[in-house]
Amino acid sequence: MSILIGRDTRLLVHGITGREGEFHSRAMQEYGTNIVAGMTPGKGGQMALDGTVPVFNTVSEAVRETGADTSCIFVPAGGAPDSILEAVAAGIETIFCITEGIPALDMVPVVATVEAAGARLIGPNCPGATSPGRAKVGIIPASVHRDGRVGVVSRSGTLTYEAVQAMTDAGIGQSTCVGIGGDPIIGSTFLDILRLFEADPETEAIVLIGEIGGAAEEEAAAWAAEHLRAVPKVAFIAGRTAPEGKRMGHAGAIISGGSGTAASKVEALEAAGFRVAGSPTELPQLLRDAGFRG
Amino acid sequence: MKIQEADAKRLLLAQGLPVPPWEVARSPAEARAAASRLLHDTGKVVIKAQVLVGGRGKAGGVKLAGSDDEAEHVADAILGMQIKGIPVRKVLVAAAADIVKEYYLAAVLDRGVRRILLMGSAEGGVEIETVAATNPDAIVRIHADPLIGLRDWQARELAFRLGLGKHLKATVGIARGLVATMLANDADLVEINPLAVVRGGGAPGSPGGEEQLVCLDAKITLDDSGLFRHPELESMRDPDEEDPADAEARRHDISFIHLDGTIGCMVNGAGLAMTTMDLVKRAGGEPANFLDIGGGAKADRVAAAMRLILDDPKVQAILVNIFGGITRGDEVAHGLIEARRQQRRDVPMVVRIVGTNAEEAARLLEEAHFATATSLDEAARKAVAAAGSHAP
Repeated sequence: MSILIGRDTRLLVHGITGREGEFHSRAMQEYGTNIVAGMTPGKGGQMALDGTVPVFNTVSEAVRETGADTSCIFVPAGGAPDSILEAVAAGIETIFCITEGIPALDMVPVVATVEAAGARLIGPNCPGATSPGRAKVGIIPASVHRDGRVGVVSRSGTLTYEAVQAMTDAGIGQSTCVGIGGDPIIGSTFLDILRLFEADPETEAIVLIGEIGGAAEEEAAAWAAEHLRAVPKVAFIAGRTAPEGKRMGHAGAIISGGSGTAASKVEALEAAGFRVAGSPTELPQLLRDAGFRG
Repeated sequence: MKIQEADAKRLLLAQGLPVPPWEVARSPAEARAAASRLLHDTGKVVIKAQVLVGGRGKAGGVKLAGSDDEAEHVADAILGMQIKGIPVRKVLVAAAADIVKEYYLAAVLDRGVRRILLMGSAEGGVEIETVAATNPDAIVRIHADPLIGLRDWQARELAFRLGLGKHLKATVGIARGLVATMLANDADLVEINPLAVVRGGGAPGSPGGEEQLVCLDAKITLDDSGLFRHPELESMRDPDEEDPADAEARRHDISFIHLDGTIGCMVNGAGLAMTTMDLVKRAGGEPANFLDIGGGAKADRVAAAMRLILDDPKVQAILVNIFGGITRGDEVAHGLIEARRQQRRDVPMVVRIVGTNAEEAARLLEEAHFATATSLDEAARKAVAAAGSHAP
């Protein structure tokens, strides 16, 4: 088992004919992800990825013709919110939005619409997710993974690769790795993903990778203290050296008025029973220390 | 992006909010001329330092003047000041209002609940963080509906809870105007502090003596991600307060923040860039900067990043940490080789490239005799050691 994506995922890629969309679709397909459709308005009827994937003009058509149930969006920031809404309207259940730089206010009505429809949005500004050995949606390099039983959830992209690579190098595999995105307004939070891991029988330990800004790590910690009491939990928080009031690359990574600091997050996580690493390379040892034997 | 009070007031006016007239002056003489035009209203003007840092009132950057002579004198003093290290280059001159009572009102993006939040308090003129700490019950919070926006009944509720029932229509208009200003400009924050009940003279065309509600100060922070569709707002970026390095970084799509240390960092991805800084610190060094070259960086962007780092004379070593995904390691290696060729200053560099096309990158770097590292911790240690031995 895994969460969000697996062998039965039927993936639709928005923007499959674009440069990034095509490059990463190829990598997803090579990994074994079942890409059933692509969509680029005006290019309906074409075939993508060397004639293996039909391209449609609209999401509803793609869903009707192929039974797609999951979306991966590689559409520029100006159009990505609309792509999410189109996926929701067509009944897609799980939507990954990789796009970076979407104005935050655009996401307010979008996340509300996703929620009202009972769909699930990961991102935007996220690297996607991988269930090792089963499916990969997004842009996480396949080589960092190993199949296993640790659930990884992170706000970052390349930092996630770093952390997962360290686990893989130490022989610790993952059930699913999820990058939830670094924007101020995202679809699924740490807490949403922890709930899914809790319900997944094959996830036996949790790695949470957070960063400065907001209070999502604190909120997840409070919930984990109660619901993941017996589960080995480790965490890493980026931004201990970040100055206050500066936006550290990610739109959501800013310390304001003394809140959202790394110290506050580390404290909340430790109080909730997480072991917090000083470097991503320490995560494997901390998992062992916490009792993980996978 | 932060914008100056005068620009923020322009954006409020554009949405129909009541803002008393003002002028911006860059010299004492300009302030005198502005005062002579504005003194008619109330016989007093307020002169305010235009800087993007908070606390200018406490620093002495806001003063009253009762004549054009005094205005010139006060402006001269304020224009010579530095507030939190920022030299004051311009002042805002406005008719000083006869204030009956001050309030606080702001529209802000509440990331936790993913909605626009209107926040008000009857303790105006005080920083909202202070009110939140000392008297949290005094803050009225109303969330706009994410799909249908702020409704009039919500704005009325806000007005009554703030004790502004006497100015119901005006409060509703201002509350709606704040949300409209936010949406029209992709702002993260639109703050009026103080929002004030004033007696006459505070706004154009107001009948003398009658009380009215006006925005006496304005602070707006724009969402950088929204700027692409508001080219007109780009002119509000204040070159006086922007580090030239920041402008250069923006031109190359590099996310760059200058810090005080000696180890220059070049990383792909914001989270990894912060982590790299943290590990430099952990290894006993101090990062000179936060620098994210972004996804899919090509050789030219890498070279630009290298120039930004080397422009800081304090930099004694450079740590390059790339985890290739969208970014291809060989592209970065080519950029580094090219950048070193153009480099005017010899600074030791430690390079770590893993992920996409890392093998090709390793071959290129080895041929060019770069110092490399495999793990992130090792790279940080090597960079700190190199800076130590290179220090003058």
